[in-house]
Amino acid sequence: MSSDANPAIEVTDLACSYDEKLVLDGVSFRVRPAEIFFVIGGSGCGKTTLLRNMIGLNTPVRGEVRFNGRSFTSADSKSRREMLRTFGMLFQSGALWTSLTLGENIALPLEEYTSLPADEIRSIAAFKLAQVGLEGYEEHYPSELSGGMRKRAGLARALALDPGIVFFDEPSASLDPVTARNLDRLIVQVRDTFGTTIVVVSHDVDSIFGIADRIVMLDRDKRGIIAEGKPSEVARNSDNPRVVEFLTRRGIGAE
Amino acid sequence: MQATPEPTGASVTARTDGSVLEIRLGGPWRLESRTPRWPSFTLPEKPTAVRIRADAVSQWDTSLVVYLGEAQQWCGTSGIDCDIQALPDKMRALSGQFLSSLRTRGRDEHSRSFVVEVGLATRETMAHVRGLLQFVGEFWIDTTRLVRGRAGLRWSDTVGEMQKCGAMALPIVSLISFLVGVTLAYSGAIVLKRFGGEIWVSDLIGVAMTREMGALMAAVTLSGRTGAAYAVEIGSMKANEEIDALSTLGISPVRFLVIPRVFALVLMMPLLAMYANCLGVLGGMAVAYTTLDIPPTAYWVEMLTIVDLQDVLVGVIKAVVFGLIVGLSGCLRGLQSERDAAGVGNAATSAVVTSILLIIVADAVFAVLFHVIGL
Ligand SMILES: Nc1ncnc2c1ncn2[C@@H]1O[C@H](COP(=O)(O)OP(=O)(O)O)[C@@H](O)[C@H]1O
Ligand SMILES: [Mg+2]
Repeated sequence: MSSDANPAIEVTDLACSYDEKLVLDGVSFRVRPAEIFFVIGGSGCGKTTLLRNMIGLNTPVRGEVRFNGRSFTSADSKSRREMLRTFGMLFQSGALWTSLTLGENIALPLEEYTSLPADEIRSIAAFKLAQVGLEGYEEHYPSELSGGMRKRAGLARALALDPGIVFFDEPSASLDPVTARNLDRLIVQVRDTFGTTIVVVSHDVDSIFGIADRIVMLDRDKRGIIAEGKPSEVARNSDNPRVVEFLTRRGIGAE
Repeated sequence: MQATPEPTGASVTARTDGSVLEIRLGGPWRLESRTPRWPSFTLPEKPTAVRIRADAVSQWDTSLVVYLGEAQQWCGTSGIDCDIQALPDKMRALSGQFLSSLRTRGRDEHSRSFVVEVGLATRETMAHVRGLLQFVGEFWIDTTRLVRGRAGLRWSDTVGEMQKCGAMALPIVSLISFLVGVTLAYSGAIVLKRFGGEIWVSDLIGVAMTREMGALMAAVTLSGRTGAAYAVEIGSMKANEEIDALSTLGISPVRFLVIPRVFALVLMMPLLAMYANCLGVLGGMAVAYTTLDIPPTAYWVEMLTIVDLQDVLVGVIKAVVFGLIVGLSGCLRGLQSERDAAGVGNAATSAVVTSILLIIVADAVFAVLFHVIGL
C-alpha cells in the first residue's frame, strides 16, 4: 500500500455519539490526495455524523482525525482554525447566509482570511459564481434561488479560499437528475483543476458509479464500515448482501 | 342466529357451526363511516375455532384490516385457531402486516420513574448551566480581543442592528413611556391631593422615570421586540446550518453574530431610556396641566428642584446593563435553539422570559446597591 503513505485524510478508530447513543464505533479509513472519496450508506447510518465529527462540528468520543499528517482532533484552537481554512464544506441545504447576497456570501471567507482589497474580493466572488454557472447573480439573496442554484452557490462559497479538501454532504439530494449530474461534473472539474481532495457523503448510486474513485459503506447496525474499495469492485466482490443490494439498487419490489 | 346485514354500512354476521364460529363480513368497509369494532357481537361459549369470510364485502380499506387484526389477536391470546384461508390474498397479507406492526409498536417511553425523571432533569440543568458559562466565556474572550484591537468589529452589521433596535423602536417606546407617565401622574395625584400637594406630582414622575421606569420600559419593550428577534434570527440560522457554515470556516459565531447585536443594544438602550424619560415626563406634564391645573413651567421648575443629573445617570447605568441582558439572552437562546421550527419558536419565548426575569433581578440588585453607595 505505497500510495497510502501520505494520505490527505486519515481517520483512526473514530467513535461518534449523541449523548448516550453511540452512532459510529471504530471507523478507520484513509483518503488519498486528489481522490474523490465517497461515504455511502442508507439513511440514518451516520454519514452526516461522521462528516461533522471529522471537521470538528461535533467532538468524537474516541479516535483521531489527521489531515495531511497533522492531527486535527488534538489540535489547539489556533492551529485548528488554521486547518479549517484549508477545508471547504458544502452543507446538505447549502447553508448560505440568508441575510447576505450571494456575492457577500462568497466574499466573507475572503474578507476573513485575506487582506485583499474590497474591489478584488468582489471580482473573485463574481469569478467563483461564474465557475458554478451563476454569473450575474452576485446581488441575489439566497431566498431568490432554486434549490439547485443554492447548492451551486454553496459550492462556490466552499471553494472561495481554494481549499485543499472539500466535503460534500449529500450534494445531489433533492436535486433533479440533470442538475445532480451537472453538480457531479463540477466536482470532477474541481478535482482535475486544483488537485483537490474530495469527500462526498451520498446515497446516490449514479453519482457513486459516475465519479467515485473509492468508497466506504457505513452500516447502521454494525455502526461502522462494511465495505471499502472501488465502487465496481465492491459491487462485484462483496459477499455482504446489504452492500450488493445497495449498490445494485435492488430494494423492495425489484427482484 | 342470523342478523340481517345493514344495506348501507359494514356488517358482521356471526354464526356457530358446531363448535366453529363463522364470521361473515359484508358491505362497504370505510374508515370514514362507522365500522364495527371487534368483537361487535356477543361471543358464544368458547369456540374451538374461528373462521372468517369476506365474500360479501363490496369495498374495504384499513378499517377492515384493523378488524381482522384484532380478531386474530383475540384468537391468539385465547388460544383459538383462526382460519382466514377464505379471505382474499391482499386482505390476508395486510392483516398479517398489521399484526406484526402491533407486536413491534414502539413502547411508550414517556412514563418514567420519579428517580429517572429527576436524574434527567438534573443532567439537563447541568448542560444548560455549562452552555451558559461557555457562552458568557466566549463572549468575554471575543470582547476582550475586540477591545485590545486583535479583532475587528463588523461595523456595517452593528450599525444595521442599531437602526433596527434603536431608531425603529422609537414609536413603540414613545407610546409606552408617555402612557406610563400619564398613569403615574394619575395614581400620584390620588395620594398627593390629600395633602394639597399636587405640584409634587412633577417630582414623583421625574424621579420615577429617570431612576426606574425609563430604563425599565425601554428594556421590557426591547426584550419583546429585539431580544425575541435575535433569538429567532440566530435560531433559524442554526436550523439552516448557517452557524455550522461559520464554524467550519473557523469564524466564531459569537464574534460574527452575537457581538454586533449585543453591542448595538448596549449603545442604543441608554439612548432609548433617556428618550423614554422625556416622554414620561411629558405624559405627566400633560395630566398635570389638564386635570391638576399645574402650568408646564411650574411643573418643570418644581421637577428640577429634586431631579438632577445623578438620577439620569442611575437610569443610564441600568439601561446599559439591561441592554447587555436583553442582547445576551436573545443570542444565547437562539444559539441553544433546537434545529426545527418549533425550536425556533421556543427560543423566542424563552429569550423574552429569560431577559425579563434577569432585568427584574438586576433592577432589584441595583436598588440595593445604589441605596448602599448613596447614589
Ligand atoms: N442531533 C442529533 N441528536 C441525536 N441523534 C442524532 C442527531 N443527529 C442524528 N442523530 C442520529 O444519529 C444517527 C445517524 O444520523 P445521520 O448521521 O444524520 O445519518 P445520515 O446522514 O447517514 O442519514 C441517526 O440514527 C439519527 O437518529
Ligand atoms: Mg445526512
